[in-house]
Amino acid sequence: MRLKQPKRSQSMIPTASMADIAFLLIVFFMITTSITVDRTAVALPTSLERTEVPKDAAVVAIERDGVVHFSDGAEQSHVINMSDVLPAAAFVIEKNSLMWFVVKADGDAQYQFVDQVMEQLRQASVRNIAMLTQQEGVE
Amino acid sequence: MKLKKKGSDVEIPTASMADIAFLLIVFFMITSVFSVTRGLEFQLPKNQDTPPDSSQEEAIHIHVIPAGADCIYEVDREQMGLSDIQIYIEPKLARNPNKFVIIDPDPEAPYKCMVNAFDELKQAQVKNISIPTAAEKASWGNIL
Repeated sequence: MRLKQPKRSQSMIPTASMADIAFLLIVFFMITTSITVDRTAVALPTSLERTEVPKDAAVVAIERDGVVHFSDGAEQSHVINMSDVLPAAAFVIEKNSLMWFVVKADGDAQYQFVDQVMEQLRQASVRNIAMLTQQEGVE
Repeated sequence: MKLKKKGSDVEIPTASMADIAFLLIVFFMITSVFSVTRGLEFQLPKNQDTPPDSSQEEAIHIHVIPAGADCIYEVDREQMGLSDIQIYIEPKLARNPNKFVIIDPDPEAPYKCMVNAFDELKQAQVKNISIPTAAEKASWGNIL
């Protein structure tokens, strides 16, 4: 005897809200994305005390071996000679005397490299600097 | 004469909407970098500044000496651990909240040691932290 085949109901996954979810995620990524001017890979030192660094600050990145990258806050950073930090910083300060400078140095870099950068920034009349750090205790 | 209108269902095709949206998501996920935007603030002295001579003698002097991958911290010529710096400074700071503290890292010392010392001072809420550069130290003479 042949059994009567049960009537197949049309199964459907509701996809109407898919776009809503997707756009929500897009908005999240658009808000959180900030255009970084410096992508130098450095192992930042750690600290417990940390304050927010102002956006659009000029960046001086110092690699472990003393290679210096400079960005005025708008353009992508590029490698410059250690002795060129002073004219570059002076040029930025000329336009905005209260410009923040972010020092992004490798934790294992010798202090003398940072010292040379600091000295030149001081000579260029830079007042506000911030030393980028990572949260202590977080790997 | 009345024309017969054929009412066809008007529909905007939305099937590809999710595809486009996810494409954009992938783009933003790849391009977004979670950048570090926090750090330690520091005010550089003015270019013409002369060292504040009155407080020089009373200033706490922290000498950072490299020792392998780590460092030795000599506070007022006395070697101490990083965690002891706060304990040493607090009573002095209680007497004089404007106490000057000078961090004097060795040129060979790793940068992270200076940051560690600086971090300790910030936690102890020292207001006047000075990190003289090599050129400044030379101009100050034998104060340190």
